[in-house]
Amino acid sequence: MSFVSRGFTGRRRAVPAGRLPPGQYDVGDGFPVLSAGPTPYTSLDRWDFRVRGQVDEERRWSWAEFQKLPRESVVVDVHCVTSWSKLDTRWEGVSVDTLLADVVTAAEFVVAFSDGGYTTNLPLADVTDGQAWVVDNYDGRPLAPEHGGPARLLVPHLYLWKSAKWVRGLELTVEDEPGFWESFGYHNYGDPWREQRYAGD
Amino acid sequence: MAGTAIRRRLSWQRADVLAVQREARRAYRLSLRPPDWSGHLPGQHVDVRLTAEGGYTAQRSYSIASAPQQPGIELIVERLEDGEVSPYLTEVLRAGDLLELRGPFGGYFVWPAGDGPVQLIAGGSGVVPFLSMLGHHRATGGLRQVRLLYSARTFDDLIGQAELARQPSTVEVTVTLTRGAPAGWTGLTGRVDARLLAEHTIPPAQEPEVLACGPTGFVEAVANALLELGHDPIRIKTERFGATGGP
Repeated sequence: MSFVSRGFTGRRRAVPAGRLPPGQYDVGDGFPVLSAGPTPYTSLDRWDFRVRGQVDEERRWSWAEFQKLPRESVVVDVHCVTSWSKLDTRWEGVSVDTLLADVVTAAEFVVAFSDGGYTTNLPLADVTDGQAWVVDNYDGRPLAPEHGGPARLLVPHLYLWKSAKWVRGLELTVEDEPGFWESFGYHNYGDPWREQRYAGD
Repeated sequence: MAGTAIRRRLSWQRADVLAVQREARRAYRLSLRPPDWSGHLPGQHVDVRLTAEGGYTAQRSYSIASAPQQPGIELIVERLEDGEVSPYLTEVLRAGDLLELRGPFGGYFVWPAGDGPVQLIAGGSGVVPFLSMLGHHRATGGLRQVRLLYSARTFDDLIGQAELARQPSTVEVTVTLTRGAPAGWTGLTGRVDARLLAEHTIPPAQEPEVLACGPTGFVEAVANALLELGHDPIRIKTERFGATGGP
């Protein structure tokens, strides 16, 4: 396609080659917030994280127990479907591999579920092998509520709506079950490098 | 959760730009005629894509301001000084150009079904999707109770003044100006907080569907205050925009 928007030259921020997926821009120091409803505030003494569904035995960690799990630091680029990307974001938390370590399951999918009723679906293979974390720390500080605190999922290789804020657990499923945005016309998988923003992309 | 899933891929298309008109101090109204348009839900958005010589592209999402009953679509774009796309749309684009877009997208932040009361709360250009909703409400008989609480910086920043002035009797529009009001201003002044919400919005006892749209800080404060007042979070939908707000 050779369409050119008359008079548009672009004012892109200098970004190292290969860092931005197609159609994305570098938001720089900003960190936009996009959520479908009010920010839920769950007290830490009522917080827990569950692994349930198609599992041999349900797992549950209280906040205190979760804090004792082995922690990892990650520095990753994140990409929002609304076209901003944020490079070199620093997070800390627990690898999903740790949370699923001894789970026996026939499931091939997971649904992450959150306070406030939010859900998002992912293939199990996309949250294992060092690709996903439950993070409670951003840039050296406890994760702020509007960014998903006390804890959110982080799956940086998919659009950021897959990184469920206020996450409270993973439900392992045999069938793929569309989550919240996936039921409202957004792509089921959401690979930013293939620009899978909306259903059918 | 029941969704209005759209499984057909919506392709990029080149809309005719019919007009670009100043709407408010920093906002412009784009009248567009997409060649292939099968309608939208009030509150949905389109993605706009700009392409430079050499193939560099930039894309952004914009809420649709016009009602589905109106031919074509209108977008209202606020110019962000350090933006890349909005300065082009508001200062370079003109009638006769083509603008690439695709949509409509988003089936969540839309006009609620049913006949119960609806409370709309807008900060700045967050009023845009509500103009589409109010236009739809009017076009469909305007029977249910609707209130709009609209916070803008100054009188000159008000978007949709003409539309907001001609609403059916079921619609009550309350405007508050946060950075000074002109002489003779009879509306409210000051920021939206719990007190202002308590006095000028539909109370939680009437169980309104509440939609709040605006900059992140505004929506965050409004949503928290709504919970304080006793609204059920299940009936509060939010749409936030802007790159402000640290982690």
